[in-house]
Amino acid sequence: MQINGFILQILLGTVVTIKLACCAALFGMGVGLIGALLESIPIRWLRYTAASIIFIIRGLPELLILFFIYFGLATLFSKLFHHYVDISAFAAGVAALGLIFGAYAAQVFRGAFLAIDRGQVEAANAMGFTGWQRFTRVQMPQAWRHALPGLGNLWLVLLKDTAIVTLVGLTDMMNQAKMAASTTHQPFTFYLIAAIIYLVITSVSQKIIHIFTLQANRYIH
Amino acid sequence: MLNFLSYLPDLARGLTITLILMLISTFAGLALAILMTIGSRSERYVLRKGIALFVFFIRGTPLLVQLFLIYYGAGQFEWIRNSSLWIILREPMACAIIALTINSACYTTILLQGAINSVPKNEVAACEAMGMSKWLALRRIIFPRAFRIALPAYSNEVVMILKGTSLASTITLLDLMGVIQQLIAQTYQTVQFYVLAGVIYLLFNAIITTIFNILFKWGAIPNR
Repeated sequence: MQINGFILQILLGTVVTIKLACCAALFGMGVGLIGALLESIPIRWLRYTAASIIFIIRGLPELLILFFIYFGLATLFSKLFHHYVDISAFAAGVAALGLIFGAYAAQVFRGAFLAIDRGQVEAANAMGFTGWQRFTRVQMPQAWRHALPGLGNLWLVLLKDTAIVTLVGLTDMMNQAKMAASTTHQPFTFYLIAAIIYLVITSVSQKIIHIFTLQANRYIH
Repeated sequence: MLNFLSYLPDLARGLTITLILMLISTFAGLALAILMTIGSRSERYVLRKGIALFVFFIRGTPLLVQLFLIYYGAGQFEWIRNSSLWIILREPMACAIIALTINSACYTTILLQGAINSVPKNEVAACEAMGMSKWLALRRIIFPRAFRIALPAYSNEVVMILKGTSLASTITLLDLMGVIQQLIAQTYQTVQFYVLAGVIYLLFNAIITTIFNILFKWGAIPNR
Protein backbone atom coordinates (compact mmCIF):
# COMPACT_ATOMS: atom_id res chain seq x y z
CA MET A 1 0.00 0.00 0.00
CA GLN A 2 1.16 3.49 -0.89
CA ILE A 3 -0.31 4.98 2.27
CA ASN A 4 2.32 3.35 4.51
CA GLY A 5 5.17 5.36 3.01
CA PHE A 6 3.27 8.58 3.54
CA ILE A 7 2.47 7.65 7.12
CA LEU A 8 6.19 7.25 7.79
CA GLN A 9 6.75 10.75 6.39
CA ILE A 10 3.96 12.13 8.53
CA LEU A 11 5.44 10.50 11.63
CA LEU A 12 8.82 12.06 10.80
CA GLY A 13 6.98 15.37 10.54
CA THR A 14 5.42 14.71 13.94
CA VAL A 15 8.89 14.70 15.47
CA VAL A 16 9.50 18.16 13.99
CA THR A 17 6.15 19.37 15.35
CA ILE A 18 6.94 18.11 18.86
CA LYS A 19 10.44 19.58 18.73
CA LEU A 20 8.99 22.92 17.67
CA ALA A 21 6.42 22.84 20.47
CA CYS A 22 9.04 21.96 23.10
CA CYS A 23 11.46 24.69 21.99
CA ALA A 24 8.64 27.26 21.84
CA ALA A 25 7.42 26.24 25.30
CA LEU A 26 10.91 26.58 26.82
CA PHE A 27 11.43 29.96 25.15
CA GLY A 28 7.91 30.98 26.14
CA MET A 29 8.49 30.08 29.81
CA GLY A 30 11.53 32.37 29.81
CA VAL A 31 9.55 35.15 28.15
CA GLY A 32 6.68 34.60 30.58
CA LEU A 33 8.92 34.75 33.65
CA ILE A 34 10.60 37.94 32.42
CA GLY A 35 7.20 39.39 31.56
CA ALA A 36 5.84 38.56 35.00
CA LEU A 37 8.93 40.08 36.62
CA LEU A 38 8.71 43.29 34.57
CA GLU A 39 5.00 43.63 35.26
CA SER A 40 5.55 43.50 39.03
CA ILE A 41 8.50 45.92 39.11
CA PRO A 42 7.78 49.29 40.74
CA ILE A 43 9.34 51.26 37.85
CA ARG A 44 6.29 52.60 36.10
CA TRP A 45 7.43 53.02 32.48
CA LEU A 46 8.96 49.53 32.45
CA ARG A 47 5.78 48.02 33.84
CA TYR A 48 3.59 49.83 31.32
CA THR A 49 5.85 48.86 28.41
CA ALA A 50 5.77 45.20 29.41
CA ALA A 51 2.01 45.29 29.94
CA SER A 52 1.36 46.89 26.55
CA ILE A 53 3.64 44.46 24.69
CA ILE A 54 1.80 41.58 26.34
CA PHE A 55 -1.54 43.18 25.48
CA ILE A 56 -0.54 43.61 21.82
CA ILE A 57 0.72 40.04 21.43
CA ARG A 58 -2.41 38.63 23.02
CA GLY A 59 -4.63 40.66 20.73
CA LEU A 60 -3.00 39.76 17.42
CA PRO A 61 -3.76 36.65 15.35
CA GLU A 62 -1.04 33.99 15.66
CA LEU A 63 -0.70 33.94 11.89
CA LEU A 64 0.08 37.65 11.78
CA ILE A 65 2.78 37.37 14.46
CA LEU A 66 4.38 34.43 12.66
CA PHE A 67 4.32 36.18 9.27
CA PHE A 68 5.63 39.37 10.80
CA ILE A 69 8.63 37.54 12.23
CA TYR A 70 9.25 35.34 9.20
CA PHE A 71 8.68 37.86 6.39
CA GLY A 72 8.67 41.22 8.18
CA LEU A 73 11.75 40.86 10.34
CA ALA A 74 13.67 39.27 7.48
CA THR A 75 13.04 42.36 5.31
CA LEU A 76 13.76 44.69 8.21
CA PHE A 77 17.09 43.00 9.00
CA SER A 78 17.99 42.82 5.33
CA LYS A 79 17.56 46.60 5.03
CA LEU A 80 19.41 47.17 8.27
CA PHE A 81 22.47 45.09 7.44
CA HIS A 82 22.42 45.78 3.68
CA HIS A 83 22.51 42.14 2.74
CA TYR A 84 19.93 39.43 2.58
CA VAL A 85 19.01 37.95 5.95
CA ASP A 86 17.13 34.67 6.01
CA ILE A 87 15.22 33.53 9.09
CA SER A 88 14.60 29.79 9.18
CA ALA A 89 11.00 28.64 9.41
CA PHE A 90 11.79 26.70 12.57
CA ALA A 91 13.39 29.70 14.30
CA ALA A 92 10.52 31.97 13.26
CA GLY A 93 8.05 29.39 14.58
CA VAL A 94 9.84 29.11 17.91
CA ALA A 95 10.03 32.90 18.22
CA ALA A 96 6.38 33.52 17.28
CA LEU A 97 4.83 30.67 19.27
CA GLY A 98 7.19 31.32 22.19
CA LEU A 99 6.20 34.99 22.32
CA ILE A 100 2.51 34.08 22.27
CA PHE A 101 3.04 31.42 24.94
CA GLY A 102 5.08 33.91 26.98
CA ALA A 103 2.48 36.66 26.77
CA TYR A 104 -0.14 34.38 28.28
CA ALA A 105 2.32 32.68 30.65
CA ALA A 106 3.29 36.06 32.13
CA GLN A 107 -0.25 36.36 33.47
CA VAL A 108 -0.15 32.81 34.81
CA PHE A 109 3.20 33.34 36.55
CA ARG A 110 2.12 36.68 37.99
CA GLY A 111 -0.94 35.07 39.53
CA ALA A 112 1.15 32.15 40.80
CA PHE A 113 3.70 34.40 42.50
CA LEU A 114 0.98 36.52 44.05
CA ALA A 115 -0.64 33.36 45.41
CA ILE A 116 2.41 32.59 47.57
CA ASP A 117 1.99 33.60 51.18
CA ARG A 118 3.92 36.81 51.91
CA GLY A 119 5.30 35.22 55.07
CA GLN A 120 7.30 32.79 52.95
CA VAL A 121 9.17 35.61 51.23
CA GLU A 122 9.68 37.43 54.54
CA ALA A 123 10.97 34.25 56.16
CA ALA A 124 13.43 33.75 53.31
CA ASN A 125 14.64 37.33 53.73
CA ALA A 126 14.91 36.88 57.48
CA MET A 127 17.01 33.75 56.94
CA GLY A 128 19.41 35.82 54.88
CA PHE A 129 18.67 34.22 51.51
CA THR A 130 19.98 36.14 48.53
CA GLY A 131 17.46 37.27 45.95
CA TRP A 132 18.38 34.40 43.62
CA GLN A 133 18.20 31.80 46.43
CA ARG A 134 14.83 33.13 47.53
CA PHE A 135 13.58 32.90 43.98
CA THR A 136 14.83 29.37 43.21
CA ARG A 137 14.37 27.74 46.62
CA VAL A 138 11.23 29.38 48.01
CA GLN A 139 9.21 31.23 45.40
CA MET A 140 9.60 29.09 42.30
CA PRO A 141 8.78 25.67 43.82
CA GLN A 142 5.60 27.07 45.34
CA ALA A 143 4.60 29.19 42.36
CA TRP A 144 5.10 26.15 40.12
CA ARG A 145 2.23 24.39 41.82
CA HIS A 146 -0.13 27.30 41.17
CA ALA A 147 1.16 27.87 37.64
CA LEU A 148 0.96 24.29 36.45
CA PRO A 149 -2.75 24.10 35.50
CA GLY A 150 -2.50 27.37 33.55
CA LEU A 151 0.74 26.34 31.86
CA GLY A 152 -0.81 22.98 30.97
CA ASN A 153 -3.64 24.72 29.13
CA LEU A 154 -1.18 27.00 27.36
CA TRP A 155 0.84 23.97 26.28
CA LEU A 156 -2.26 22.42 24.71
CA VAL A 157 -3.01 25.68 22.88
CA LEU A 158 0.62 25.85 21.75
CA LEU A 159 0.54 22.31 20.36
CA LYS A 160 -2.41 23.22 18.18
CA ASP A 161 -0.85 26.52 17.12
CA THR A 162 2.21 24.71 15.76
CA ALA A 163 0.07 23.77 12.75
CA ILE A 164 0.33 27.31 11.34
CA VAL A 165 4.13 27.15 11.06
CA THR A 166 3.61 24.89 8.06
CA LEU A 167 2.40 28.03 6.24
CA VAL A 168 5.93 29.48 6.25
CA GLY A 169 7.30 26.23 4.85
CA LEU A 170 8.42 24.17 7.84
CA THR A 171 8.26 20.48 6.93
CA ASP A 172 6.30 19.54 10.03
CA MET A 173 3.52 16.99 10.30
CA MET A 174 0.96 19.27 8.70
CA ASN A 175 3.23 19.91 5.73
CA GLN A 176 3.82 16.19 5.20
CA ALA A 177 0.08 15.60 5.36
CA LYS A 178 -0.44 18.35 2.80
CA MET A 179 2.13 16.80 0.47
CA ALA A 180 0.63 13.35 0.84
CA ALA A 181 -2.83 14.82 0.23
CA SER A 182 -1.82 16.52 -2.99
CA THR A 183 0.09 13.54 -4.42
CA THR A 184 -2.58 10.95 -3.68
CA HIS A 185 -5.62 13.21 -4.19
CA GLN A 186 -6.92 11.96 -0.87
CA PRO A 187 -6.94 15.16 1.22
CA PHE A 188 -9.62 13.95 3.61
CA THR A 189 -7.72 10.78 4.55
CA PHE A 190 -4.44 12.54 5.23
CA TYR A 191 -5.81 15.59 7.02
CA LEU A 192 -7.83 13.21 9.16
CA ILE A 193 -4.65 11.28 9.97
CA ALA A 194 -2.98 14.58 10.91
CA ALA A 195 -5.96 15.49 13.08
CA ILE A 196 -5.82 12.14 14.86
CA ILE A 197 -2.08 12.51 15.53
CA TYR A 198 -2.73 15.97 17.04
CA LEU A 199 -5.47 14.39 19.12
CA VAL A 200 -3.11 11.67 20.36
CA ILE A 201 -0.39 14.22 21.23
CA THR A 202 -2.81 16.44 23.14
CA SER A 203 -4.34 13.47 24.97
CA VAL A 204 -0.94 12.11 26.00
CA SER A 205 0.07 15.64 27.07
CA GLN A 206 -2.99 15.89 29.27
CA LYS A 207 -2.01 12.64 31.01
CA ILE A 208 1.55 13.88 31.54
CA ILE A 209 0.33 17.23 32.87
CA HIS A 210 -1.88 15.32 35.28
CA ILE A 211 1.13 13.36 36.55
CA PHE A 212 3.08 16.61 36.94
CA THR A 213 0.20 18.13 38.90
CA LEU A 214 0.10 15.16 41.26
CA GLN A 215 3.87 15.43 41.63
CA ALA A 216 3.72 19.17 42.37
CA ASN A 217 0.95 18.73 44.91
CA ARG A 218 2.42 15.70 46.68
CA TYR A 219 3.01 17.55 49.96
CA ILE A 220 -0.39 19.22 49.95
CA HIS A 221 -3.18 17.42 51.71
CA MET B 1 6.33 56.77 2.74
CA LEU B 2 3.48 54.51 1.90
CA ASN B 3 0.19 56.00 0.87
CA PHE B 4 -2.36 53.81 2.58
CA LEU B 5 -5.30 55.76 1.22
CA SER B 6 -4.91 54.34 -2.27
CA TYR B 7 -5.28 50.83 -0.85
CA LEU B 8 -8.36 51.72 1.15
CA PRO B 9 -10.88 50.01 -1.19
CA ASP B 10 -8.94 46.71 -1.01
CA LEU B 11 -8.61 46.95 2.76
CA ALA B 12 -12.29 47.75 3.11
CA ARG B 13 -13.17 44.65 1.12
CA GLY B 14 -10.93 42.52 3.31
CA LEU B 15 -12.37 44.05 6.44
CA THR B 16 -15.90 43.32 5.28
CA ILE B 17 -15.10 39.65 4.78
CA THR B 18 -13.39 39.41 8.17
CA LEU B 19 -16.39 41.09 9.76
CA ILE B 20 -18.91 38.81 8.03
CA LEU B 21 -16.92 35.69 8.99
CA MET B 22 -16.65 36.91 12.54
CA LEU B 23 -20.31 37.90 13.03
CA ILE B 24 -21.86 34.82 11.43
CA SER B 25 -19.57 32.36 13.19
CA THR B 26 -19.98 34.06 16.56
CA PHE B 27 -23.78 33.96 16.48
CA ALA B 28 -24.08 30.58 14.77
CA GLY B 29 -21.45 29.20 17.14
CA LEU B 30 -23.33 30.47 20.16
CA ALA B 31 -26.61 29.00 18.91
CA LEU B 32 -24.96 25.64 18.19
CA ALA B 33 -23.25 25.73 21.59
CA ILE B 34 -26.59 26.23 23.36
CA LEU B 35 -28.07 23.30 21.43
CA MET B 36 -25.05 21.14 22.23
CA THR B 37 -25.18 22.09 25.91
CA ILE B 38 -28.84 21.13 26.07
CA GLY B 39 -28.03 17.95 24.17
CA SER B 40 -25.23 17.06 26.56
CA ARG B 41 -27.74 17.18 29.44
CA SER B 42 -30.08 14.80 27.64
CA GLU B 43 -30.98 11.39 29.01
CA ARG B 44 -29.97 9.67 25.78
CA TYR B 45 -26.58 8.07 26.27
CA VAL B 46 -25.70 8.08 22.55
CA LEU B 47 -26.43 11.80 22.16
CA ARG B 48 -24.46 12.71 25.28
CA LYS B 49 -21.46 10.58 24.31
CA GLY B 50 -21.63 11.74 20.70
CA ILE B 51 -21.47 15.40 21.68
CA ALA B 52 -18.66 14.74 24.18
CA LEU B 53 -16.65 12.91 21.51
CA PHE B 54 -17.22 15.65 18.95
CA VAL B 55 -16.16 18.36 21.40
CA PHE B 56 -13.08 16.30 22.30
CA PHE B 57 -12.14 15.94 18.63
CA ILE B 58 -12.57 19.62 17.78
CA ARG B 59 -10.84 20.91 20.90
CA GLY B 60 -7.94 18.51 20.43
CA THR B 61 -7.14 19.45 16.82
CA PRO B 62 -5.90 22.71 15.27
CA LEU B 63 -8.39 25.01 13.54
CA LEU B 64 -6.15 24.91 10.46
CA VAL B 65 -6.59 21.12 10.15
CA GLN B 66 -10.36 21.45 10.53
CA LEU B 67 -10.41 24.15 7.87
CA PHE B 68 -8.37 22.02 5.44
CA LEU B 69 -10.42 18.94 6.29
CA ILE B 70 -13.63 20.71 5.31
CA TYR B 71 -12.38 22.75 2.34
CA TYR B 72 -9.93 20.35 0.68
CA GLY B 73 -11.14 17.10 2.27
CA ALA B 74 -14.75 17.30 1.14
CA GLY B 75 -13.73 17.15 -2.51
CA GLN B 76 -12.25 13.69 -2.09
CA PHE B 77 -15.62 12.00 -2.12
CA GLU B 78 -17.47 11.52 -5.38
CA TRP B 79 -20.86 11.46 -3.68
CA ILE B 80 -20.32 14.85 -2.05
CA ARG B 81 -19.25 16.39 -5.34
CA ASN B 82 -22.36 15.00 -6.99
CA SER B 83 -24.74 16.05 -4.23
CA SER B 84 -26.22 19.47 -3.69
CA LEU B 85 -23.94 19.88 -0.65
CA TRP B 86 -21.13 20.65 -3.09
CA ILE B 87 -22.61 24.07 -3.86
CA ILE B 88 -21.82 24.99 -0.25
CA LEU B 89 -18.64 23.02 0.30
CA ARG B 90 -16.82 24.29 -2.78
CA GLU B 91 -17.10 27.87 -1.53
CA PRO B 92 -14.17 28.89 0.70
CA MET B 93 -16.38 31.41 2.50
CA ALA B 94 -18.92 28.77 3.49
CA CYS B 95 -16.17 26.36 4.58
CA ALA B 96 -14.49 29.02 6.70
CA ILE B 97 -17.81 29.87 8.35
CA ILE B 98 -18.56 26.18 9.00
CA ALA B 99 -15.12 25.54 10.50
CA LEU B 100 -15.14 28.66 12.69
CA THR B 101 -18.71 28.01 13.82
CA ILE B 102 -18.02 24.41 14.82
CA ASN B 103 -14.78 25.39 16.50
CA SER B 104 -16.24 28.19 18.58
CA ALA B 105 -19.36 26.13 19.36
CA CYS B 106 -17.26 23.37 20.94
CA TYR B 107 -15.21 25.75 23.09
CA THR B 108 -18.35 27.62 24.11
CA THR B 109 -20.10 24.35 24.99
CA ILE B 110 -17.38 23.59 27.53
CA LEU B 111 -17.74 27.11 28.93
CA LEU B 112 -21.51 26.80 29.23
CA GLN B 113 -21.32 23.35 30.79
CA GLY B 114 -18.90 24.67 33.39
CA ALA B 115 -21.11 27.69 34.02
CA ILE B 116 -24.22 25.53 34.42
CA ASN B 117 -22.38 23.33 36.92
CA SER B 118 -21.47 26.40 38.94
CA VAL B 119 -25.05 27.67 39.17
CA PRO B 120 -25.76 27.45 42.93
CA LYS B 121 -27.42 24.12 43.73
CA ASN B 122 -30.00 25.70 46.01
CA GLU B 123 -31.37 27.75 43.11
CA VAL B 124 -31.84 24.61 41.04
CA ALA B 125 -33.51 22.97 44.04
CA ALA B 126 -35.74 26.03 44.44
CA CYS B 127 -36.91 25.62 40.86
CA GLU B 128 -37.90 22.04 41.59
CA ALA B 129 -39.64 23.08 44.78
CA MET B 130 -41.62 25.67 42.85
CA GLY B 131 -42.79 22.91 40.57
CA MET B 132 -41.05 24.27 37.49
CA SER B 133 -40.62 21.84 34.64
CA LYS B 134 -37.05 21.00 33.68
CA TRP B 135 -37.28 23.09 30.53
CA LEU B 136 -38.79 26.10 32.31
CA ALA B 137 -36.10 25.99 34.99
CA LEU B 138 -33.42 25.82 32.30
CA ARG B 139 -34.90 28.72 30.38
CA ARG B 140 -35.80 31.05 33.23
CA ILE B 141 -33.21 30.35 35.91
CA ILE B 142 -30.29 28.18 34.92
CA PHE B 143 -29.40 29.62 31.50
CA PRO B 144 -29.66 33.31 32.48
CA ARG B 145 -27.52 32.55 35.52
CA ALA B 146 -25.01 30.48 33.52
CA PHE B 147 -24.67 33.16 30.82
CA ARG B 148 -23.68 35.73 33.42
CA ILE B 149 -21.11 33.35 34.88
CA ALA B 150 -19.72 32.47 31.45
CA LEU B 151 -19.64 36.02 30.06
CA PRO B 152 -16.03 37.00 31.01
CA ALA B 153 -14.65 33.77 29.54
CA TYR B 154 -16.92 34.10 26.52
CA SER B 155 -15.43 37.49 25.67
CA ASN B 156 -12.06 35.73 25.34
CA GLU B 157 -13.69 33.15 23.11
CA VAL B 158 -14.99 35.87 20.77
CA VAL B 159 -11.49 37.32 20.54
CA MET B 160 -10.31 33.81 19.64
CA ILE B 161 -12.84 33.73 16.79
CA LEU B 162 -11.51 37.07 15.52
CA LYS B 163 -7.98 35.68 15.55
CA GLY B 164 -9.21 32.49 13.90
CA THR B 165 -10.70 34.39 10.95
CA SER B 166 -7.16 35.21 9.83
CA LEU B 167 -6.71 31.51 8.96
CA ALA B 168 -9.41 31.88 6.31
CA SER B 169 -6.73 33.48 4.12
CA THR B 170 -5.13 30.01 3.82
CA ILE B 171 -8.10 28.69 1.86
CA THR B 172 -7.88 31.42 -0.80
CA LEU B 173 -10.27 33.77 0.97
CA LEU B 174 -9.38 37.46 0.78
CA ASP B 175 -10.15 38.50 4.32
CA LEU B 176 -8.09 41.23 6.01
CA MET B 177 -5.08 38.93 6.30
CA GLY B 178 -5.49 37.74 2.70
CA VAL B 179 -5.72 41.30 1.35
CA ILE B 180 -2.65 42.33 3.36
CA GLN B 181 -0.71 39.39 1.90
CA GLN B 182 -1.82 40.38 -1.59
CA LEU B 183 -0.84 44.03 -1.09
CA ILE B 184 2.57 42.96 0.22
CA ALA B 185 3.09 40.82 -2.86
CA GLN B 186 2.27 43.87 -5.01
CA THR B 187 4.25 46.54 -3.16
CA TYR B 188 6.98 44.71 -1.19
CA GLN B 189 6.15 46.96 1.78
CA THR B 190 6.18 43.99 4.15
CA VAL B 191 6.65 45.62 7.54
CA GLN B 192 4.31 48.57 6.97
CA PHE B 193 1.40 46.40 5.89
CA TYR B 194 1.82 43.88 8.71
CA VAL B 195 1.87 46.74 11.22
CA LEU B 196 -1.26 48.16 9.60
CA ALA B 197 -2.96 44.76 9.87
CA GLY B 198 -1.89 44.53 13.50
CA VAL B 199 -3.38 47.94 14.28
CA ILE B 200 -6.67 46.98 12.62
CA TYR B 201 -6.88 43.68 14.52
CA LEU B 202 -6.17 45.49 17.80
CA LEU B 203 -8.91 48.01 16.99
CA PHE B 204 -11.32 45.13 16.39
CA ASN B 205 -10.25 43.72 19.73
CA ALA B 206 -10.94 47.01 21.46
CA ILE B 207 -14.42 47.10 19.93
CA ILE B 208 -15.17 43.55 21.15
CA THR B 209 -13.92 44.40 24.65
CA THR B 210 -16.06 47.55 24.73
CA ILE B 211 -19.16 45.64 23.67
CA PHE B 212 -18.57 43.07 26.38
CA ASN B 213 -18.00 45.77 28.99
CA ILE B 214 -21.41 47.18 28.08
CA LEU B 215 -22.87 43.66 28.31
CA PHE B 216 -21.32 43.22 31.78
CA LYS B 217 -22.98 46.39 33.02
CA TRP B 218 -26.25 45.56 31.30
CA GLY B 219 -26.29 42.01 32.64
CA ALA B 220 -25.13 42.75 36.16
CA ILE B 221 -27.53 41.76 38.90
CA PRO B 222 -28.43 44.88 40.92
CA ASN B 223 -27.72 45.11 44.67
CA ARG B 224 -24.95 42.58 44.72
